[in-house]
Amino acid sequence: MILYELIDYSTLKVIWWVLLGVLLIAFAVTDGFDMGVGALLPFIAETDIERRVVINTIGATWEGNQVWFILGGGAIFAAWPPLYAISFSGFYLAMFVVLAAMILRPVAFKYRSKKPDPSWRSSWDWALFIGSFVPALVFGVAVGNVMLGVPYSLDNDLRMTYEGSFFGLFSPFPLLCGLLSVSMLVMHGAVWLVMRASGEIARRARRYGTMAALFAIILFALGGYLVASGYVDGFRITSEVDPNMQANPLAKQAVIEDGAWMTNYATYPWLWLVPGLGFLGLIGTLVLLQTRLEMLIFVFSKWAIVGIIATVGISMFPFILPSSVQPEASLTVWDASSTHRTLFNMLVATLIFLPIILVYTAWVYKVLWGKVDEETIERDNHTAY
Amino acid sequence: MELSVVDLSRLQFAMTALYHFLFVPLTIGLSILLATMETVYVMTGREIWKRMVKFWGTLFGINFVLGVATGLTMEFQFGMNWAYFSQYVGDVFGAPLAIEGLMAFFMEATFVGLFFFGWDKLSRRQHLAATWAVAIGTNFSALWILIANGWMQNPIGAEFNPDTMRMEVSSFFDVLFNPVAQAKFVHTVSAGYVTAALFMLGISAWYMLQGRHLQIAKRSMTIASAFGFASALSVVVLGDESGYEANLNQKMKLATIEAMWHTEPAPAAFNVVAWPDMENRENIFAIEVPYVMGLIATRSLDTIIPGIHELVDRSKDRIRQGAVAWDALQKIRENPDTVSEEVRETFRYNANSLGYAYLLLPYTDNPMEATTEQIDEAAWSTVPNVFPMFYAFRIMVACGFFFILLTSVFFYYSSAGKLDVLREKRRWLLHVAVWSIPLPWVACEMGWFVAEYGRQPWIIESMLPTSAAVSSLSVVEVLLTLAGFVLLYSTLLVIEVTLMFKYIRIGPDDGEEPEVPPASIRPVSGTVPVPAE
Repeated sequence: MILYELIDYSTLKVIWWVLLGVLLIAFAVTDGFDMGVGALLPFIAETDIERRVVINTIGATWEGNQVWFILGGGAIFAAWPPLYAISFSGFYLAMFVVLAAMILRPVAFKYRSKKPDPSWRSSWDWALFIGSFVPALVFGVAVGNVMLGVPYSLDNDLRMTYEGSFFGLFSPFPLLCGLLSVSMLVMHGAVWLVMRASGEIARRARRYGTMAALFAIILFALGGYLVASGYVDGFRITSEVDPNMQANPLAKQAVIEDGAWMTNYATYPWLWLVPGLGFLGLIGTLVLLQTRLEMLIFVFSKWAIVGIIATVGISMFPFILPSSVQPEASLTVWDASSTHRTLFNMLVATLIFLPIILVYTAWVYKVLWGKVDEETIERDNHTAY
Repeated sequence: MELSVVDLSRLQFAMTALYHFLFVPLTIGLSILLATMETVYVMTGREIWKRMVKFWGTLFGINFVLGVATGLTMEFQFGMNWAYFSQYVGDVFGAPLAIEGLMAFFMEATFVGLFFFGWDKLSRRQHLAATWAVAIGTNFSALWILIANGWMQNPIGAEFNPDTMRMEVSSFFDVLFNPVAQAKFVHTVSAGYVTAALFMLGISAWYMLQGRHLQIAKRSMTIASAFGFASALSVVVLGDESGYEANLNQKMKLATIEAMWHTEPAPAAFNVVAWPDMENRENIFAIEVPYVMGLIATRSLDTIIPGIHELVDRSKDRIRQGAVAWDALQKIRENPDTVSEEVRETFRYNANSLGYAYLLLPYTDNPMEATTEQIDEAAWSTVPNVFPMFYAFRIMVACGFFFILLTSVFFYYSSAGKLDVLREKRRWLLHVAVWSIPLPWVACEMGWFVAEYGRQPWIIESMLPTSAAVSSLSVVEVLLTLAGFVLLYSTLLVIEVTLMFKYIRIGPDDGEEPEVPPASIRPVSGTVPVPAE
């Protein structure tokens, strides 16, 4: 019996599009607060002991969170090979910058506490800042570029030529997305610190969190306006597409079109709930940051991230990586996936392992839960970072 | 010499992978050793084993983070530098990488936090479970990566689809249970165990020479020598299994390892020393041991091992066949919907050699019109440089046999309860152990060199040449990132080694044992009266 035919190829493609979103969101929600905390570190904490408090709120769990990033890379490779190939080679130097920054993070966490020397420690603090701020910015910039379309073309052998440059990535709309990404993650990190730290650090975190939430609201609204007003063009498939087709990005016709990123909302008005969720999350975070409801703020902050990232996905559906110079070579959900068999096998693997991951991750968080302050650091002096 | 994007991308991959594998083997082996020591602690309740876990755990942590950091690059650089490879084989190759994340790395990375931070928050058994989770996760991680790598060496369970221009999975089962992957996995993790064992053995020997931390050093040495001895045996035996598998599907790799230019009557002789000459395609001289090679590689007396010249001749046939496949493929690509079934049939019949046609592309645009000279040149491009292959392999094997010898000697002294004899009368042996610490790394890196350089010119054995797999990047871009990685990695490596030395000098917490080191280099412990200064 051919097991994989239990689920339609087209259904599997949509499931993997959703799972791609789930992985990116899981990365942004979990590693997101680590990045936010890292980006705030040099500003929110001044003395060594304060910085240790901040670092130790994420010290034991950031490593597991970062696996969402690695898993995201692996899953894109397995489920969307052309996306993996074109995006990472196209954004080559930007990817290098992200990797170089992220490489600093594990090392900084571990090595900072290995010597008491203040200049040693302050160097690693800045390494943590770079390792957190730079990826947060570049990921946003990359998403902005994806929405605009990336200047690549495919030849008949599906070999890709990229015509953009590194600095070309930093045009106004992508920069706006980059700043939105930074504000969103800084807000999330600040909310985390409100929850896990106390005293002066938590007070400062409320202030930074409020500012970041305000920025994020403005930037999300502005970004939405630019897309809705037609400043950012969308893409539209103009030929007949069989959702069960074999993966071949060149088998369709597509055009760049004013306002095409708004079509899905016109067809399915209930989709407005998704950006709505983003705003609700942001505004809820902003309001609740002024209260004592620490756990609830984090819930809103999480949903803000879910709403914002999902908005990008559903605005572009079925596109996942449009080409600005050869629109018909754009990657869509229908023509850029792995085979029916691989998508099915990977879904089985995911259904087995993802629940297990969630269970043990939840358990580890539960074990390590509790406020971190100067006393707990002094008490666990030799095990804490 | 002018370096192309392909050359630079290969250099970058080699450099980032070799750096990554400076940290990985120690993580693989030490995680198991930590879990073993902690098991002893939980079973016996003796505090000294906990202090051992904490001490070796500190060194483990310093090494572990760099494995994680350099591993990030590994996950993404296939897409960055090898875009066509990624598009061409992602359907097969991506799955093991993704499952590695799902099944193994997540577990390893999540529980490593508990390992370091959970001592006071978990019961003994819970903490032990966390430590085992790290060790199991680490080893499973190696399994999935080697399934991916094994497929590059022996691409079974997949077929090329001309309509999607890529290799697609036909049997996931075959990909998972690829015999090459299985042999490589056991060989590689055993190498990791040897690395960790010699690391622990060498550092313990140093403490014994210094007369410090004797209780911990002796126990560590006992565990390390037993574990190391078993692993060293396994690494050599299973390395032999890898060689056997290589003979089945990578005959060129085997022939270059042995500098065997011409097919010999079975069983072939083994070259102990040789001076291979790539220009004239022969050995200037060689010292041979009769029969040995044939026995090792074929496990029989009458199976013939083909030499390089004969393999090149076989490649010529496949290049011609590949050109036919290539030609049919062009027709299919031009008119996928209307092309005749006859052309598709021609393609299917020759598809297995399609990769060989790509070998001609550096010499001609149309493989169908290739001249005899061009085919000749392309066929000879399937031979990796023999000299480094020959010696890298021999260095690795020599290290392997030395590890068996060294660990067996220490295993004898520790199981006979004579470790004090070493300290009093055989100090030179302890010195040898200390100076042997770097050797497993040498062996590991040589092994990877043989495995990967020996696969050239293929990125997927006989399916896709490395030169066709590269991204459309500029030389400047790759130079920039190569320089960036070299600089970043080297800086981090220096810092790592410095910290290792620092924490080895500080040494473990001796608790209430008699040998008290000078207070100045010892962390303050609540249970021991601190000498007044």
